[in-house]
Amino acid sequence: MPEARTPHPAVDLDFRAVTKQYPGADQPAVEELTLHVPAGEICVLVGPSGCGKTTAMRMVNRLIEPTSGDILLGGSSVKDRKPAELRREIGYAIQQIGLFPHKTIAENVATVPQLLGWPKDRVRARVDELLELVSLPPAEVRDRYPGQLSGGQRQRVGVARALAADPPVLLMDEPFGAIDPINRERLQNEFLRLQAELRKTIVFVTHDIDEAIKMGDRVAVMKRGGKLAQYASPAELLMSPADEFVEQFVGADRALKRLALQRVRDLDLWRVALVREGDPMAEVRAKIADSDIENLALLVDDQNRPLGWLGERELAAERVSGVGCSPPEPTVDTNDVLRDALGRLLSEESLYGPVIDGRGAVVGVLSMDAIAHALQTPAEDVPSSADLLAG
Amino acid sequence: MTGADVLAAIEIRDRTGTGCVAENGFCPDWIADNIDKYWSPLLEHVFLSVTSVAIGFAIAFTLALLAHRFRWITGPTIAVTGALYTVPSVAAFLLLLPITGRGNGTAIVALVAYTLLILFRNITTGLRNVPEEAVSAARGMGLTDGQILRQIELPLAMPEILAGLRIAFTTTVGLATLAFFAGGGGLGEQLYSERAGTGGLNFKSNVVVAGGLTVLLASFGDLIFLTIQRLATPWRRAVAS
Repeated sequence: MPEARTPHPAVDLDFRAVTKQYPGADQPAVEELTLHVPAGEICVLVGPSGCGKTTAMRMVNRLIEPTSGDILLGGSSVKDRKPAELRREIGYAIQQIGLFPHKTIAENVATVPQLLGWPKDRVRARVDELLELVSLPPAEVRDRYPGQLSGGQRQRVGVARALAADPPVLLMDEPFGAIDPINRERLQNEFLRLQAELRKTIVFVTHDIDEAIKMGDRVAVMKRGGKLAQYASPAELLMSPADEFVEQFVGADRALKRLALQRVRDLDLWRVALVREGDPMAEVRAKIADSDIENLALLVDDQNRPLGWLGERELAAERVSGVGCSPPEPTVDTNDVLRDALGRLLSEESLYGPVIDGRGAVVGVLSMDAIAHALQTPAEDVPSSADLLAG
Repeated sequence: MTGADVLAAIEIRDRTGTGCVAENGFCPDWIADNIDKYWSPLLEHVFLSVTSVAIGFAIAFTLALLAHRFRWITGPTIAVTGALYTVPSVAAFLLLLPITGRGNGTAIVALVAYTLLILFRNITTGLRNVPEEAVSAARGMGLTDGQILRQIELPLAMPEILAGLRIAFTTTVGLATLAFFAGGGGLGEQLYSERAGTGGLNFKSNVVVAGGLTVLLASFGDLIFLTIQRLATPWRRAVAS
C-alpha cells in the first residue's frame, strides 16, 4: 500500500445542541444533539430507521440546514461557509455510491480536485495514488466506466472519490450497505486499515449495530425523534448500555459481540509442554509439571510448529514418538479475534487449541476458560476495531 | 384539370421520350433532364427543417430547464404544446396566413410549433431519468446547481434529448412539404403544385423524385443525430460490451 500523505490534518467535529424540526412534523428529526468527535476518530451514528442519523450527518456539510444549534469543524461554524465550498473540503460517500455513469473512473475520482482547479498533472497522479490506495489497479480501471465494474469495485471507487482532495473530514452514509456480507467485511477491514494511516475525522452512518461496533471509535446510538440514547466506545456500549432501548438495540448477544473486539494475543495464554520426537520422558514430565495443562504435551517440529497432542498412552513410553498422537487441530492464530477463535474451538468440539504466531510456531494454548475470563475485562481495557487493525 | 392537361403543361425536352411522360410512367430520362428543378426547393426544405428544429429546440430547451427547476411549469407547457401539436397541419399553415403573411416566416412558425411537444417531453424525461444518487453525490461533493446541470444532468440526458431531436427532425421534414401552402417553398411546392412546372401530384415521376428527396433528407438528418448520439454517449456502449 502506498504511503498516504495527509497535508490536511484532521479536525475536531462538534455538534452543539443541533435540532432539526421539519415544518408540520410532530416531532423533530434531530433533537438537541450534542456530540464531540475528536480529530482522527470514527464516530458511528447508529439507530433504527427514522432516528435522524442521516439527517444529523447531512447537516455537517449543509445538505440540510439545522433549525437551531450549530456544528463546528475545527472550532469554526459551518454556517459561516458557502455550502459548495464547505462540501469540497468534506469527503462524501453514500450507500448508492452515486458514481457518474457517463464519466470514467479517473474522471469520477477527479471530481473534487477538478472543482478545486488542481493542475492536470497533479490530478492524474492523485487519481492513480487513490486507486492504488483502495486496491484497484489504476492502469486497468482508470479509463473504464462505472457500469463496467463490480459492486465492490464501484464502492472502492466511491471511497477513493470521497478521499480525492484529502479532506480532513469524511461523511459516510451506509457506504457498505449494498454489498454482500463477504465483500462488506473485506471492505470494512480495508477501510479500517486505510483509516489507521489516514486518521481522518469520520462520521459514519449505519443501521447495523455490528457494523457500528466494528467501525466506530465511538458509537452514538440514536432513537426515534432524533434523540441521542448513548454515546460511548463500542466496548462500553456492550458492557453497560445506558437504557433499555440501547440494551435491546445492541442485542441479547452483546457479550458475544465483545469477543469481536479482542484478539487472541490480548489474552493470557496457557503454557504448554512443547516436546520433540526422541525427547526422554523424564524431561517431558518436568515440562508438563511446569505447564498449565495436566497430562498432555504438544509434539512440535524443529520450527516449533504443532504436530499433535500426546496423551497418557503416548506418554507411557520411554521416549517421545509421534506414533498415535492426536492431531493438533484446532489451531488459532495470535491475530484472530476471539469470536473467530471461539468458533474454531466449538466447531472442533475442543476445550483448547494451540496458538500459533505468524511463522506457525506455537506460542501457547487458548482455552475456553481464558475466553470466559476475557468477557470480564473492564470496558476501558477493550480496544476498538480501528485500534486492532492499526496494531 | 384533366390528366391530359397536366401532361400537356409539362415542358418536354428533345431528348425526353414523349411516350413515357404521356403514359405517366416512371421516366428516368425525364428525371435526369429535370433534376435541376429540385435543387433549390431541396435547399429551401433543408433551411425550413433545420431552422424550425433549431428554433424549436431553443424554445423547448429553455422551457425544459425552467420546468426542471420549477416543477409547476411542466403541466401548463405540456397542455399548450400538446394543443399546438393537435392542430391539423394544413389548417395551421392557413390559419397563420392572416397573422404573419405569406412566406418562410409563417412556415417556420407553424413547424416550430409542432416540434415543441416532442422536444420538451424528451428533454424533461431525460433530465428526470438522471439517477438521483448521481445528483445527490454531486451536490454532496460541492458541485453548484449550474455545475450539476452542465456536468451531470445534461450529459446523462443526452440519449433522450437526441432521440427527441431525431423524431422532431423527421417529423418536421415531412410537415415542411406543406409549407408551400403558406408560401414557404420547399419540396412541397414541386410535389403538390403544378405551378412548379414538374407536373404536380398527378405525375408519378415527379412524386417519386420530390417524395424521394424528402425521405432521403429525413433519413440523412436521422443518421447525423444517431451518429452524434453514439459519439456523445460512449459509456452506454462500454457498459453493454
